[in-house]
Formats: sequence, structure tokens, C-alpha cells
Amino acid sequence: MASSSFEKFKSDGTLVGNVVEWVDARFPMTSMWKAHLSEYYAPKNFNFWYFFGSLALLVLVLQIVTGIFLVMHYKPDASLNASGVPVAFASVEYIMRDVPWGWLIRYLHSTGASAFFIVVYMHMFRGMLYGSYRSPRELIWIFGVLIYLCLMAEAFAGYLLPWGQMSFWGAQVILSLFGAIPVVGNDLATWIRGDFVIGDSTLNRMFSFHVIAIPLALLGLVVAHVLALHEVGSNNPDGVEIKKHKDEHGIPLDGIPFHPYYTVKDIVGVVVFLMLFSVVVFFMPEGGGYFLEFNNFIPADPMVTPPHIAPVWYFTPFYSILRANTVNFLWIDAKLWGVIFMGLGVMVFFFLPWLDRSPVKSIRYRGPLYKGALAIFVVAFAILGYLGIQAPTPGRTLVSQICTIIYFAFFLLMPVYTKLDKCQPEPDRVTFK
Amino acid sequence: MSCDEKVDCGRRRLLVATATAGGVATVAAAVPFLASLAPSERAKSAGAPVEVDIGKIAPGEMKTVEWRGKPVWIIHRTKEMIDSLRKVDDKLVDPKSEKAQGEFDPPPGFNPETRSIKPEIMVVVGICTHLGCSPSEKFKTGAESGIDADWVGGFLCPCHGSTFDLAGRVYKNKPAPTNLPVPPHVYLSDTRIMIGENTKGA
Repeated sequence: MASSSFEKFKSDGTLVGNVVEWVDARFPMTSMWKAHLSEYYAPKNFNFWYFFGSLALLVLVLQIVTGIFLVMHYKPDASLNASGVPVAFASVEYIMRDVPWGWLIRYLHSTGASAFFIVVYMHMFRGMLYGSYRSPRELIWIFGVLIYLCLMAEAFAGYLLPWGQMSFWGAQVILSLFGAIPVVGNDLATWIRGDFVIGDSTLNRMFSFHVIAIPLALLGLVVAHVLALHEVGSNNPDGVEIKKHKDEHGIPLDGIPFHPYYTVKDIVGVVVFLMLFSVVVFFMPEGGGYFLEFNNFIPADPMVTPPHIAPVWYFTPFYSILRANTVNFLWIDAKLWGVIFMGLGVMVFFFLPWLDRSPVKSIRYRGPLYKGALAIFVVAFAILGYLGIQAPTPGRTLVSQICTIIYFAFFLLMPVYTKLDKCQPEPDRVTFK
Repeated sequence: MSCDEKVDCGRRRLLVATATAGGVATVAAAVPFLASLAPSERAKSAGAPVEVDIGKIAPGEMKTVEWRGKPVWIIHRTKEMIDSLRKVDDKLVDPKSEKAQGEFDPPPGFNPETRSIKPEIMVVVGICTHLGCSPSEKFKTGAESGIDADWVGGFLCPCHGSTFDLAGRVYKNKPAPTNLPVPPHVYLSDTRIMIGENTKGA
């Protein structure tokens, strides 16, 4: 580049202007502000579904801030204290009862975990409604699925820390899944636990993963997700590219600067979200046993499994897929098939950009086949989620098997039905009233 | 790797060799970190044997003790309980306990018919072979058990519904693939056993 940063960001002579010029000559402050906010042109027709990306960022910040303060009082120690209670469990009770405002910080963090998944599931569904994963946004989607995987690992590790009965037995079941892998499985499970049973070493490494390893990966992926988005530009509810029509300055005709237009719009979303979030935090922090399970208020006891164990709600669809595999076939037993299908159930999202062969992106212009398939998929996903909380019965197992087949059929048949579908023509420009 | 006249082939080879050596060193540097996650020497030596007084367990009752961080059940079986074992043979995956146990072999003097050394004292690790939950005791028989009208007594895993008989043998068509393992144990006297050892003086 010929022109230096000095010429690009010339001071207007004021003190602030001089400081900004000094910084800009040494760090891309103004240019980053422009590239990502004041001159990032987003389609003007964003609707309700476009709140969830910024809300996910808000919840991420909330989890990091509350997490930092929780770590100041929490102790990852499975040994028993003088009263015979595990130190980790007792430190959570200490936060709840003795630390000033500790109850609020902890409830913000525990409710934040469920809120994170609600927001992320909505955000992913938005992508499926409007084809946001389609070319040229495949990498944004892949970074997003990686974020979702990190989030699952983060939630799993975090759930072990209170060292209650559900923490212990949930981790016991999930880490035992690795034991299903042939030949190396048992050694692998022992290596992950760091002991022959779930114990102090498991608790300490999950603490390390939860507070540093996974959050670092998560932050890096969020940056990559946003950078990739800002490189290609946002999709919109019409699924048409706004960059096709630009004015003489190269600005998309249907684009508006993210700041101030969408920052202000997103503040409205934040206010509504915080109202709903506060209702849960202050009036129903346990979320009816779905956000904080009742059995987790009992200290971990390796001798007794609670009579009914179920994962937290955001894992239950995949847990149902795991349990739906009850048949041994192809020399592989049902236990391993369950693990394989549960893994595939998450991994299959990576392939969505290449499974979808529709000529249009948005649900607005898709035909009845995709609309029907997506509706059935959402119902099947919800039923799987519900059944994952319930105790298994032969009837429920059958329903979960049917829903598991629907779940995978939605993805695997997608290349066929999206191609056969009778789509409407896309508009040339975004529709906006 | 192609090498034409424009590049200094000697330097290019040196570059490749250096990069390879660097890559190998990086992989090697990961070994101590990954190895540090394996069970520590303390964890490995923690499996001390446990001595249990079995004299106070009434017939038809059980006691749970902790060995290597896992629950071990000692069930004092009545005559009816022992007789019930034969009735369910054809409903079980492995009625004769022919499959090898995972971590350890059953103790010497083990009778595969009752899966015990003495018929009335059953010693078994109470961890489901499916995904590691601890099954619940269901000693009531018949419809009263809430499981099945012809239930003869045994255990039900609360996590995924596997059922086991009073010798820890798994029923067919359940998620758990194998019988509950019988740990090494030895009788020190008529009323004392040692779990975790197969010989007295060790």
C-alpha cells in the first residue's frame, strides 16, 4: 500500500483526533471499527431470527464474567471435608449461602448455560430456515458447528463440577461410552478419567477443560466465525446476495451499516432477552428441574445411582438416539451402534452445505418438500428431546427409534428431495416493506 | 519433491529436512502432556484389598462395600434364591458364565453354576456392564417387584433398564452385554472375606 495510515486517518486537529491518529498509525483501530461495525453493510431485511447471533455473544460474555467470579470461590476437590461432604460440593453450597451475592452469580451462570443452548439452537435453526450455510458461507457454518461441539464439551465438563449425584453418574455414563470402542475403548476411558473410576483426577481435569482449555478454543472459533461472516457478508431472509447490486461507492443497495442500525436493533433484543432471563434467574432458577436437576443437590455417591438419571435438556435428543439403538447387527453390538449414531447425529450437521441441492436458499422460495421435511425434522428432534428425559419403556423406545430414523433421513435424503422440490423464483433484490 | 534449476536444491533439501525434524520434535513434545493424563502412580496403587465381616448379613439381605472406588455387593442368598437361579437360565445371555470377565478373572474355587465360592454368599461388582451405573436391588418377586409377573428377584439398572439375576447374570435383549464381574476374593474365616485378593497371606 502506498498511502500510510497517517494519510488515511488524518487528525481533525482536536486532542481526541490526535490520539486516534497516533493509535491508527500503530494499530488498525479505526479501520477495524469500520470494517466490522460502522461500514459493515448487512442486509436491511433482517427479522426476528437475526437476534440470536448477537444474543449468543452476550451469553458468552455473561458466562465468562460469572465464571471468573465463581472460580474465586469454587474448589475442584473430590475429597471429603470434616463433615463428610465432598469439598467441591461444599464449595458450591458455600457460594450459594455464604458468599455475598454468590447465589446470584451462580444462578446467572447455571441459567446462562441453558440460555446459551436455547439461543444457539435458535441461531442454528435460522441458518436452516434461510440456507445461511449455503455457498459461499460453508466455512461460517463449519466454524459454527465446531462452536456447538465446544459448547457441548464445555457444558459436560461444567456439569461435573458441583460434584452432585447427577454430575457423577452423568459423567460415569457419558465417559463409559468411550469404553464401547473396540480394542482400545477401556484404556481410552481410563485415560480420559485419569483413574479407573470417576474421581478427583477426573474432576480436576474437567475443571481445567471448563475454565481454560475449551473457553480459549471457543473464543478463537467465535472470532473465526465472525471474520468469515464479515468476509462474505451476511445472508438474509430472502437468501439472495445483496452484493449483486451496489451503488457507485461499491456499497450494496440493500445494505445498511451494522452500527448504528443493527447495534440499536440488537439492544432491543438484548432487553427482551434479559427480561425473560431474569424471570428464570429470580423466580425459577432450577427451571423446574430441567436447568438444575434435583438429584444434583445430593453429594456424589459412587455407591448409589439415583433411581432416574437423565442428561440436562440440551443433550436429550442425542441421548435418545443413543438409547434407541437396541439391536446387535453386523457383528457390532447395540452399545457401540448407539455411540456411533449419537456421534453421527452431531457430525452430520457439518455436511449440511453439501447435502442441500436446492436452487434457492431461503424457505420463502422453497417448495413443499423441504418445508414438510424441515417441519417433520423439528417435531422428531423435539420428541427425541422429550423422550431423553423420560425413563425408557418399550413403547417409548419404539417412538425414539422412529424419530431417530426420521432424524437421519432428513439429512441423508436431502440431496434427493431438495432437487425434486418445486421452488419459486428468487427475487432479484431483498423484499422489504 | 520436484527440484528445478531456479531453486537451490541443496538448501531446499535442508529446509525439508529441518521442517521434518521440527515436526517430529513437536509430536514428541506432546507425549509427556498426553501421558500425564493417564492414571497416576497414586491412583494405580489405590486398589487396596478390603476386609469385610459377612457374619451380620441376614439371609436374603445384602451389604455394599467400596473397593477400588466401586460398589461391591455381598448378597446372603437363601435356599429359594439359589434355586431361582436355575429357573431363569434360558432367559440369560451367558447362563454358564463362559465369557471372559473384563479386568480380572473370577477367584479360584469359583462355581459357574452359582457364580460364587460358597452358594449362599454372592460377591459381585455392582456396576452395570453397559454404561457403568449401579443397578438397584429388586429382591421382591413376581408382580410386586414392578418389573415382571414372573420376576424371581435380582437387580434393575435405573439408567437403561438392564436386568440381572441374583448371581449378577444379565438377561437377554437388554443393553448390558455381559454379566456383572465377580471380583477376586478369599475367605479369611467363615465370617470374614477379603475382597481384592485371591490368596490369604498375600
